[in-house]
Amino acid sequence: MFEAFMIHTWIASTIIAVTAGILGFFVVLRRSAFAAHALPLATFPGAAAAQLLGIKALWGLLGFVAIAVALLHQLQKLGRKDVAAGLVLVTLLAVGSLLLSMTNSYAPAVFSLLFGQVLGVSAADLWPVATIASLVLVGALCLYRPLLLQSAFPELAISRGISAEVIDILFLGLLGLVTAMAMPVVGALLVFSLLIAPAAAAQSLSARPLQALLLAVIFSVGMIWLAIALSFWSNWPIGFFVGSLGAVLFTSARMFRYIRHRWFSTRWPAATGRRPMKLIPAAQPDEA
Amino acid sequence: MLTWLAHILHWSFLRSGSVQTALLVGSSAAVVCAVIGVFTILRGYAFAGHALGDVSSAGGSASFFLGISPLVGFLGIAGIAAVSLEFLGVRRAREQDVATGIVLGAGIGLSALFLYLDMTTTSTTGAAVMVMFGSMFTFPASLRWPAIMVAAAALAMMAILYRPLLLCMVDPELATTRGISTRWVGLLHLLTLSAAVALAALSVGAVLASALVIGPAGAVVRISRRPGVAIFLAILLGLAAVWGGIWMAYESYYWFAGHAWPVSFFVVTIIFLSYLTSVPLQYVLGRRAAKPSQMAAHAGG
Repeated sequence: MFEAFMIHTWIASTIIAVTAGILGFFVVLRRSAFAAHALPLATFPGAAAAQLLGIKALWGLLGFVAIAVALLHQLQKLGRKDVAAGLVLVTLLAVGSLLLSMTNSYAPAVFSLLFGQVLGVSAADLWPVATIASLVLVGALCLYRPLLLQSAFPELAISRGISAEVIDILFLGLLGLVTAMAMPVVGALLVFSLLIAPAAAAQSLSARPLQALLLAVIFSVGMIWLAIALSFWSNWPIGFFVGSLGAVLFTSARMFRYIRHRWFSTRWPAATGRRPMKLIPAAQPDEA
Repeated sequence: MLTWLAHILHWSFLRSGSVQTALLVGSSAAVVCAVIGVFTILRGYAFAGHALGDVSSAGGSASFFLGISPLVGFLGIAGIAAVSLEFLGVRRAREQDVATGIVLGAGIGLSALFLYLDMTTTSTTGAAVMVMFGSMFTFPASLRWPAIMVAAAALAMMAILYRPLLLCMVDPELATTRGISTRWVGLLHLLTLSAAVALAALSVGAVLASALVIGPAGAVVRISRRPGVAIFLAILLGLAAVWGGIWMAYESYYWFAGHAWPVSFFVVTIIFLSYLTSVPLQYVLGRRAAKPSQMAAHAGG
């Protein structure tokens, strides 16, 4: 399992899991799971387009990420957000199915683009992953406070001069970068599982933003390590393990919260009630 | 009737048996999805509807190695997904996003496993393509009646749910005092939606199924306030997309020198373009986006 050819897989998936955990925290906080699902699938045509044009796959993916982010942002401004995400998703996927049918590697390509090919990562694949991941991490670090404030208290953010539109574009852009980076390795459908499940579990366990963020990263790294190990051992596709581990993680986090809540309410009745995420101390800039 | 129409028009397109089956199955999917889509959009369930389609791909993939009809597979898994969505609390607005995401992730994982089993245990090639992007022209003729029956059952269910569902969307408390269980209405809506999505998954493919649910309905609720009119227009749009898509895919064989383009591509593109047209149309008509309460007021509810 730790043979030489597996080393790159471990490194790439760990980097992807860390960035997905961090971005996922904001995806869950902003309730933009549909966008997080739509963007990876909307980059689906990128690989096929790159093959047809004879350029590197990464450029194709990045190109379609840009198209998807622009389209998504424009359509979400014009109408219902969920309808916009759904339509951008299906349209670009349909374009992808057309482009793929023009290349000569139709059927196997569909499977690996949707569900990933973790076991085939080479050293050359690591560089784009590492570069984009560090870009995303720097971006997330710079945006941490405004993004947190805008996600939790949109009105307060406006009064502080944070433009919702700029934040939205930047957030979708970061999400798109993660997508383009992770898609060749874990596949379009699994990027989504890595974004949602660990962060959702973390946010139901902790009400503090930094703690929840850290938990999300730990969960997502743990999840992908376990998934790779199980996949290596059983030969089953990694996607199955990422998806089901995510569901198990989320339901056990919810059950844990429920039991803890029950335990508290019998001992300290005053402490009952849902605790909202404590964002104010963390999100307010030190002005006073 | 189609054969008869073909006879009159002397049109080779309609005379082909596989085109007739595709038109029948695709039309039943389009009609059911349009009707239920209007309610789905107004309830803010577009993501759930999309997730049901993606998850149903697990059923479609399982049907290959289980040797059952793909329609049964799509229906079964979509139904299970609908119940788990309700169980995880999709009705609570705060939870909807995450609950849908978790069910979606788990379902897609299952579908990865089943597609892998298809490849290893049976000699099926291209199952992923057929399940994910549809295979309209390869339907056996035996699929016609089951598809029509599922569509009829879903439409009957929507006729029963029409008023309680509108009331639950507008005023859940009033609905409760009138003895309507919002929980049951919600679950039945999701189950009917899963049947519609299963039909769509069969025709245009699991990952594209939500185009038929979200697209036509999403376009018409921009321009119509009356639920009856909205449903009628959505049906027209859905049918136009399916028929136009099948026709273009059939003819594309001649347009592109023997390389036919996929049906689903044309269907989805027509739907997307019609949604884009609805945006300026909404401003020309001077309409604001319809809210459930306005819909109910026009329905006299």
